[in-house]
Amino acid sequence: MIRHLQVYGAGMLAGLLVAGSAFAQGAPNGNTANGKKLFETVGCFQCHGYVGQGGGAGPKLIDPPVWEAFIVQLRTPRQQMPPFTAKVLTDQQAADIYSYVQTFPKPADPATIPMLRN
Amino acid sequence: MRLTSATEAIHQIQGTGTVSNKTPEMKRRQFLAGAVAAPAVTLAASATRAVAQPAPARAAVPAKPQTVGDTQAPSEQRIVTSGKVGGDFMVDCLRALNIDFVASCPGSTFRGLQESLINYGMNTKPEFITCLHEEVSAAMCHGYAKIAGKPMSCLVHGVVGTQHAAMPIYNAYCDQAPMLVMAGNVGEGTSRRPGVEWAHSAHDQATIVRDYVKWDDQAANLQDFAEGVVRAYDIATIAPMGPVFVVVDADQQEEEIDPKEKLFIPKLRKRSQPMGDAVAVAEAAKMLVAAENPVIVAGRYQRTAAGPQLLAQLADTLNAPVLDERSRMNMPNRHPLNHTERGAALLRQADVILCLEPMDLFGTLNNVTDLIGRPSTPKIRPDAKVIVIGTTDAQIKANITAYERYNQADLGITGDAETTTPSLIQAIEKEITPNRRSALATRGQKLREQSTGFMKAVYAQAAMGWTANPISTARTCAEVWEQLKTSGGEYTMSSEANFLSDWPYRLWNMDKPWNSMGRSVGGGVGYTAPASLGAALANKEHGRITVSLNGDGDLLMQPGTLWTAAHHEIPILYVVHNNRAYHQEYMHVQRMAQRNQRGIDRAHIGTTIDNPNIDFATLAKSYGVYSEGPISNPVDLGPAITRALAVVKKGQPALIDVVSQPR
Repeated sequence: MIRHLQVYGAGMLAGLLVAGSAFAQGAPNGNTANGKKLFETVGCFQCHGYVGQGGGAGPKLIDPPVWEAFIVQLRTPRQQMPPFTAKVLTDQQAADIYSYVQTFPKPADPATIPMLRN
Repeated sequence: MRLTSATEAIHQIQGTGTVSNKTPEMKRRQFLAGAVAAPAVTLAASATRAVAQPAPARAAVPAKPQTVGDTQAPSEQRIVTSGKVGGDFMVDCLRALNIDFVASCPGSTFRGLQESLINYGMNTKPEFITCLHEEVSAAMCHGYAKIAGKPMSCLVHGVVGTQHAAMPIYNAYCDQAPMLVMAGNVGEGTSRRPGVEWAHSAHDQATIVRDYVKWDDQAANLQDFAEGVVRAYDIATIAPMGPVFVVVDADQQEEEIDPKEKLFIPKLRKRSQPMGDAVAVAEAAKMLVAAENPVIVAGRYQRTAAGPQLLAQLADTLNAPVLDERSRMNMPNRHPLNHTERGAALLRQADVILCLEPMDLFGTLNNVTDLIGRPSTPKIRPDAKVIVIGTTDAQIKANITAYERYNQADLGITGDAETTTPSLIQAIEKEITPNRRSALATRGQKLREQSTGFMKAVYAQAAMGWTANPISTARTCAEVWEQLKTSGGEYTMSSEANFLSDWPYRLWNMDKPWNSMGRSVGGGVGYTAPASLGAALANKEHGRITVSLNGDGDLLMQPGTLWTAAHHEIPILYVVHNNRAYHQEYMHVQRMAQRNQRGIDRAHIGTTIDNPNIDFATLAKSYGVYSEGPISNPVDLGPAITRALAVVKKGQPALIDVVSQPR
């Protein structure tokens, strides 16, 4: 188990360095419509919800992290998220998803929702 | 009772073959029949031959009498009983145990007991609850016990019914919930009717479920049954509690009781629960009082109505935060020391961790990542001390590994945690010096202040996806709570909430011991719908509303549960969390596809429940249950809940089909 941990840790670090250098230039242009299609077919919605609200299985994607952090997490995720390698999800497809994720509506102020007041 | 010359004659009468030199048990009904027949027959061989023909061989009634036998009843063939039968006595036993309900799907191996329940017992205490599957019967017992605080019984058909009931029996075993399972059986081969009765009987039926019941019994006679069933109840209700399995023999049920037989029902012992050793409790108190950052983790802690307040008192005494694993209604969820919302952070800094009836100690204290190799990392400091109070280790069986991975601890106290809590509080009080009391109070004040922000954060998260279609699980739970909060706490949220991102625990106010009933623990899908109905049955006499936020996959395991709800007029609101998938499995297959770098858009195959979509409202209507849906626009949800709750408040079941976000 310890050996696995070490391999895992080293792999993750390498992934961060590679991904960080490759995508430090900002997000490529993404196709939002294709991003929506991908989001709802390749598994994103399962943990993050159809509108990125998050929940018990994954964090919210409303107000997503910057592209560099997004792609690192996608390729070499922390915690329980399974990896999306470039073999199954190209950089362009990832950019499409990122483009779609940015369209998620901002949540209403809970103070304006009567049910969400004490 | 042994064979006599009289009974040898009867064996010949009944064509059971040559009387052997052995002396097998004589059946009571044979004895009584023999007692009637003996004076006339006088046991002469010629006489026995003379009466040997008529009983089984009576043919169809001829148009015109052709023999004496066509106009005279055979005096030696007993065709009715005239006194109390064994099943009646079994009903007496169930009454002595204060069993209110017997849930059952009928089966011939317990026809005698069923007839006794409805005619001798007049279908009251226990009342026969008709189910369409033994999985429903047994799961109802599970849910009932968690709300009523006592077992109910299910009666299952020999062998086949036991196999149907195996799943909920297993869930109850994993959850340490008591239930009395009675299984029919035709024990003696010579008594079985040809054909299927042989397939529905067994020499040792309990082997089917022995890995996951606390105890089982197969009585040799009625007195043996009485002692066995009382012992079974006693064992089931001692912590760690669990299901017990009692075989009810068909002949014992059906045979007339010999009036000379002095049957008695043993008095059930007034039973205390196992409590932690005083020396060990004092040691725990010393560690907890000396700790700078103690944390209390509650697993299957709550066992009685006093449990939640006792835990709050322990937290208040120690000024320590509680993390509720939500396996029971452990602690009022809005108590300022209930810090479940920030569990990970608290565990990271804890120096002493008190685990009360942990379900999975290793999982509580370690993160296991579902990646290749399943790497694990501790959630706690290396120098953190761990104290465990519980009874789970007293019940471990070898085969099924529901006991979870072994985890080291610094102090293990064998005893029921809730029962041990008052003595632990006393020991802590004794240990606290004036100076220490001041430090603890300061810590408690800080914790209480931190808790004021919890609801604000919860509401901010719930607002995300508020207007989404399909409806977010937060919205569904908020809409239900909006209408339930005027119930004065007279409600039970009966479902497992982890598939709903735990929103009920976060949004609803839960401070009564019946407000939630935790998990199935065994994880056998199909638990929620019938276990919720069992809870609703227990709640009926109290006028409480039972709400099951029921997964679609779960409900589809036993949709016939709805018929039982309608038939017995059990008030319950089913809100179907219809994400149209076995969503957990969807995610598992997705994970494998991503790991194997192929077909990540194909994980829906074999995991989704769509094309066609299932119309739960129509399904419910077909069982006689008021229903609405499918509802996918959140604006429509509130009015639908209002209408459905009106039905429930009139004492009937209702169902709303909510097309939901995955979690």
